[in-house]
Amino acid sequence: MKSSKSAYSEPGKIGKIDHHIIVVWVDNEAGVLARVVGLFSGRGYNIESLAVAEVDKRKHLSRITIVTSGTPQVIEQIKLQLKKLIPVHKVADFSRNDPKILFQELALLKVVSTKKNQQKVKKMCKKYNPIILDRSKKSFVIQVTALRREIDRLIENLRPLGLVSASRTGAVAMTKGAEVFK
Amino acid sequence: MSKLFTGAEIVFKCLEDQKVEYIFGYPGGAVLPIYDELKNHKSIKHILVRHEQGAGHAAEGYARSSGKPGVLLVTSGPGATNAVTALTDAYMDSVPLVCISGQVPTHLIGTDAFQECDTTGITRPCTKHNWLVKDVNELSKVIHQAFKVATTGRPGPVLVDIPKDIQFKKGKYIFKDSKQKLNGIKNKKLNIKEIDQLIKMIKNSSKPIFYTGGGVINSGPEASKLLRELVSLTGFPITSTLQGLGAYPGDDPQFLGMLGMHGTYEANNAMHDCDLMINIGARFDDRITGKVDEFSPKSKKIHIDIDPSSVGKNIKVDLAVISDVSHLLKALIKRFKEKNKDFLSSNKQKTSKWWSQIEKWREKKSLKFKNSETIIKPQYAVQRLYELTKNKDTYITTEVGQHQMWAAQHYKFNKPNRWMTSGGLGTMGYGLPAAVGVQVANPGKLVIDIAGEASVLMTMQEMSTAAQYKLPIKIFILNNQYMGMVRQWQEILHEKNYSESYTAALPDFVKLAEAYGCVGIRATKPSELDQKINEMISVDKPVIFDCVVDKNENCFPMIPSGKPHNQMLLGEDDEEEEISEEGKILV
Ligand SMILES: Cc1ncc(C[n+]2csc(CCOP(=O)(O)OP(=O)(O)O)c2C)c(N)n1
Ligand SMILES: [Mg+2]
Repeated sequence: MKSSKSAYSEPGKIGKIDHHIIVVWVDNEAGVLARVVGLFSGRGYNIESLAVAEVDKRKHLSRITIVTSGTPQVIEQIKLQLKKLIPVHKVADFSRNDPKILFQELALLKVVSTKKNQQKVKKMCKKYNPIILDRSKKSFVIQVTALRREIDRLIENLRPLGLVSASRTGAVAMTKGAEVFK
Repeated sequence: MSKLFTGAEIVFKCLEDQKVEYIFGYPGGAVLPIYDELKNHKSIKHILVRHEQGAGHAAEGYARSSGKPGVLLVTSGPGATNAVTALTDAYMDSVPLVCISGQVPTHLIGTDAFQECDTTGITRPCTKHNWLVKDVNELSKVIHQAFKVATTGRPGPVLVDIPKDIQFKKGKYIFKDSKQKLNGIKNKKLNIKEIDQLIKMIKNSSKPIFYTGGGVINSGPEASKLLRELVSLTGFPITSTLQGLGAYPGDDPQFLGMLGMHGTYEANNAMHDCDLMINIGARFDDRITGKVDEFSPKSKKIHIDIDPSSVGKNIKVDLAVISDVSHLLKALIKRFKEKNKDFLSSNKQKTSKWWSQIEKWREKKSLKFKNSETIIKPQYAVQRLYELTKNKDTYITTEVGQHQMWAAQHYKFNKPNRWMTSGGLGTMGYGLPAAVGVQVANPGKLVIDIAGEASVLMTMQEMSTAAQYKLPIKIFILNNQYMGMVRQWQEILHEKNYSESYTAALPDFVKLAEAYGCVGIRATKPSELDQKINEMISVDKPVIFDCVVDKNENCFPMIPSGKPHNQMLLGEDDEEEEISEEGKILV
C-alpha cells in the first residue's frame, strides 16, 4: 500500500526485446507520414530508422520501411494499430533474422584524408558494393550498400581514417524468391 | 453538366443525406459561410452552446443516448482547440462524432494567420481520422466518408477541416456509398470452428464469468437483448465495466455489479478466481485489471471485440473472436441452442459450488455504508434518487469523481444507452453538456446529471444553453465541498495532506441556478431529501439541485493501484477525525 502512490498500476513483467522491420503500404497523401510517425511516438514505440518514398505513381502508393524494436506484444500492437489507420493498405512485419528477407541500407560516406588512408578506406568498403561518386585531391565520397549493423560497424572503423560525414537511407526490405507480400 | 454548389451548401447537403437532425456549434470568422447557409436547411437544427467543449460533450451525450453520430461545428483556432478535450473523450470511449471545423483560407495556411492553428495536426492523435479539404470537389466525398469512418468498426470521432475559401467555392456534390476499406470490420464472416471452441470452453467451465463492456452498448440495443438471452441460457454470473452498465439489468440476481477499482467484492473476487472469463466488448483497461501479472491467474480467457488492436494489448487471451457483438452473439446463441438443448438444468450441478462461493462474497455487502439521521450520505442520496426515478425511463450522465462511482454503484440500470459517463478520459465537466445532448435527443424524458460541485463548475456555462432551448435537465450535485476523489487518495496515500483539494469559495448553487433563469433547490437533511427530489422531478425547467452531503465520505470498495483483485479495501469502520475549517483551507 505505502509503496505505491501512483494512480496507475505497477509495470508488469517485460518480455524479450527483438528487432523487427515493419513495412507499411500507404496512400501517398498529405499528413500520412505524420500519422504513422505520430502513432509510434504517441504510443511510445521505438523508431531506429525510417525510409519512405512513393513506389506507385499511378495509384499514389508509398512504401514506408521502419526498423523498430520491442517485445512480441509491442510488435503485435504496432502492426494492429498501423492497420487501423485509414490510409494504410497493408502491413508486413519481418524479424531481423528472417532468412527469407533481404535487408539493405545505402550510405554515402565522405572521407578526407591522406592517400594512404584513402586506400585503406576503399579496401574496407570492398565487401559492400562500393561506388566512388566524387573525388578530389584530399577527399572522396563513396556509396556503399549493406546491412544496418555492417554500416554501423564500418562507420566506427572509418572514423579514425578520416570519415567526416555519413548519410544513410535507413533499411529497406524485400522478400526473396518469386513471392510478393500480400 | 451537373449543378454546382458552394462548399457551405455541400456541407448541408451532406448533413441532410446523412439524416442529421441536430448540430451543436459555435460560430466564428472561419465558419461564417456555413452559418450563413444554415437558414436554408430547415430540417437541421443548430444548438448554440456556450463553449466548444460543451458542443463536443453535448454531441457525445446525443450520440450515446440515441445510437446516432453526434455532429459539432466549430470555428478555426480557439474553436477547434476548445473541442480537443471532447474529441479525446470520444476517442477513449468510442463515441461516434463528426466535427466540422473552419480553417483560414488556403492561401493563408502556414502563415500564422489570425485564428490559424494546425487543426488536423492537433487532432490527429485524438480522432480515428481527419481531413483538411483543399478542393471543393472533394468535399462531399470526404464528409460522407467521415460519417462512415466515425460509425463503422469501433466507433469514434473524426474531424473535417474546411478552409473558408473552400466554403465559398463552387463544386460538384456527389453522394454514393463508398466501398473503400475503412479499417474497421463490421461483419466479418464468423468462423464456425471458433464458435464451437467457445461453446466447448463454456461447457468445460465450472467457475465461469461474463465480463462485458461498452462494446455491447455500441453494438446496438439488439446486442443487449442477445446478451440477456445468453446469460440466462448459461446460468452464468455476469459483471460489467463502467461503460457497459445497462446492457444487462442491474437488479438481476445473476448480475454481480460493476467490477474494477471501485467494483463490488463479489465481482472482483469472481474475476480473480474464475476458471473461464468471457470478455464481451471490454478492453482489459488498467482500472479493471489492477496488477496485470496477478490478474485472474487461473482462468482461460475469451475476448470478443470488434477492434483487433484491443486483443492482446494488455492481457493475453486463449481465444479471440474479432466481431461485432450482436453478430457474434446471434450466431453463438443459435449454435448453442442447437447443440445443448437442456444446458441450464444439466449444468446447474457443475456451477453450484461456484455460485455458493459467490453468495459468500455477496454476504460482505461491499456497497454498504453507515447511514446517518442528521447528514445526507452521498450513497443514500443516489439510492433515493434511484428509487424515486426508476419507474421513469431515466437517463443519467455524470461528472468525474466519487459521485460518479457512487452513481455507478447505487443506480441500477435496466436498459442500454441510459448511462453516459466519461470513463476512458475521466473528463470533469462532461456530465452537464452531455445531459444537454441527451435531452435534445430524448425530448420529454427525465435526464439527470449526477454531479460533483467541482466538476460541474468546469462547464457550468452550458446551463445557459439548457435555458435557451428549454431543456429541463436536472443537475444533481453531491456537494461535499471537496474534490472528493482527490481528497480520498490524499487521505489514503498521501498521509492526509489535503493539498488544494478543498474549494474554499464555492458559489451559492441555488442563486446560480436562478441567475441562469433556472430553478435552484437545496437539501441539507436526509429527512427532506425525498420531497425535494420529487420537487426537482416535477419542475419542467432546468434545475440545479444542491445536495449537501457528508464531506468526509470515502468511496469503497477500492482496489488500491498495483494490487490484484482479491486485495480490496472495504473501508469498514475507518472513522476519521474531523478536519478543522481552517485546516481545510490551509492544507
Ligand atoms: C478536467 C479534469 N481535471 C482534473 C481531474 C482530476 N480529478 C479527478 S476526480 C477530481 C475531483 C472531482 O471533484 P468533484 O467534482 O467535486 O467530485 P467528487 O469526487 O467530490 O464527488 C479531480 C480533480 C479530472 N478528472 N479532470
Ligand atoms: Mg466534490
